[in-house]
Amino acid sequence: MKFISAIIKPHKLDEVREALTTLGVHGLTATEVKGYGRQKGHTEIYRGAEYLVSFLPKIKIEVAVSSETADAVIEAITNAARTGQIGDGKIFVFALEQAVRIRTGETDQDAL
Amino acid sequence: MIIRNLRSIIAGSVVFAAGTVPAFAQDAVPDKGDTAFMMLATILVLLMIIPGLALFYGGLMRAKNMLSVLMQCTMIAAVVMIIWVTYGYSFAFGGSTSAFFGGFGKLFLVGVTADSTAATFTDGVVIPEFVFICFQMTFAAITPALIVGAFAERVKFSAVMLFTVLWVTAVYFPVAHMVWDGAGLIFNMGALDFAGGTVVHINAGVAGFVGCIMIGKRNGYGRDMLAPHSMTLTLVGAAMLWVGWFGFNAGSNLEANGGAGLAMINTFTATAGAIVGWSAVEAITRGKASMLGAASGMIAGLVAVTPAAGSVGPVGAIVLGLIASVICYYFVSVVKIRFGYDDSADVFGIHGIGGIVGAVGTGIFTSGSLGGIGDAEFSIVAQTWIQIQAVLITIVWCGVGSVILFKVTDLIVGLRPSKEDEQMGLDLASHGEAAYHS
Repeated sequence: MKFISAIIKPHKLDEVREALTTLGVHGLTATEVKGYGRQKGHTEIYRGAEYLVSFLPKIKIEVAVSSETADAVIEAITNAARTGQIGDGKIFVFALEQAVRIRTGETDQDAL
Repeated sequence: MIIRNLRSIIAGSVVFAAGTVPAFAQDAVPDKGDTAFMMLATILVLLMIIPGLALFYGGLMRAKNMLSVLMQCTMIAAVVMIIWVTYGYSFAFGGSTSAFFGGFGKLFLVGVTADSTAATFTDGVVIPEFVFICFQMTFAAITPALIVGAFAERVKFSAVMLFTVLWVTAVYFPVAHMVWDGAGLIFNMGALDFAGGTVVHINAGVAGFVGCIMIGKRNGYGRDMLAPHSMTLTLVGAAMLWVGWFGFNAGSNLEANGGAGLAMINTFTATAGAIVGWSAVEAITRGKASMLGAASGMIAGLVAVTPAAGSVGPVGAIVLGLIASVICYYFVSVVKIRFGYDDSADVFGIHGIGGIVGAVGTGIFTSGSLGGIGDAEFSIVAQTWIQIQAVLITIVWCGVGSVILFKVTDLIVGLRPSKEDEQMGLDLASHGEAAYHS
């Protein structure tokens, strides 16, 4: 199993969700986060006071999938979230040791 | 003075000539239309304080200090109302012949009944004195609330309240008497201050300037992100101020007639000119016109037209608003940064400077040749010189008084909260509550 964590532009969330649903991914977690990479920040000016805003709003989505579907999921996220502009985000993939569905006690593949 | 024949020499307030209500006032019966108009105008000025000014300032602060600003505005209004009826009205309009002090004649509003009347600009036309007292009460209440924007986010609540009591007593009431009472020093110089450019705005701006320097900068000023937490609430508050300002300016006419109509249209046009002016300067100098800039221009225009509302023409008011917003823009975005004083909500930059531009501009745009109500005898040079003198007297009285009173406040309760309290935010530190829960 793989655990995939992706940082994407906020307005791309719905496209990514649709792409994953098409692939048969049944659940994901989305979190509003702030951060910076190569995109850096922007400047805000309030009555002459300039502030460099270095942390930009992003969405972090987390999804657990079987090892076989991981590549397809990564590709789907990449395609759906890409605009070609700086700041499109990143995908991080982890090996997932265990999964449990709390309601039934099902584990691993059955719990995804 | 040559402007004696201008009706607006009576400058926005009651004419207690030589210390007493004129005899006719005892007999005349208030007009119901005037009375209703003044009651509504009074309530509009209350709306300016809470929630108008409170939200305008609160939105400009960080979320952790939102409630402290709302609370300071609310509490100042309440305390000054109590002071006003106990001794403030007497100190300002108590009927003494002093040029600086209204006396003790109306302490606790002694002698005022529902049948008492206050004079207006027209002979024989009066309004109930209780309504006049309430109208002037809201002016006294908003002025110290304006001051706190200059040192918001870094002042003890107890210090704000103590300073307010001292300041209205030693600065506001005497200046209100000087400008608006028939025996007052500035009134008798022939200065034009229709709705309180000197009494309210220059007074508040100068006191705020003194306060922000004596209290010092916010921790993290120039390093941390101190950006406004809600521009939305700032515009909501600014718009409420604009609406309420019709009570402030048109109400200062004391009668529901054409003079009030002139003040009303000027309160529209000067403000519109100032919004356009500020936004145009921003668009030209930095390529983008900001919402905060438009809101700032709105307030700058309202401040500038306050002394002028009853005597300039609607087109002159547009020019006055434009000039005021350009100068205020320069102060808040260039002068403040260069000299490094931390005027959190630009009380000095907008109320102080806008008030000065308005007071001086009143001497210019009142001229009949520029669309004002001044007649053939009106001299721009002479009137402007009177206006400048009135401004200087206000700046000196308020500046010296405020330095002393901030010092006294510091000695008694201390001005600044601890660094830890400031970092935690004054909402939790001073009031034990939070504005927002996520």
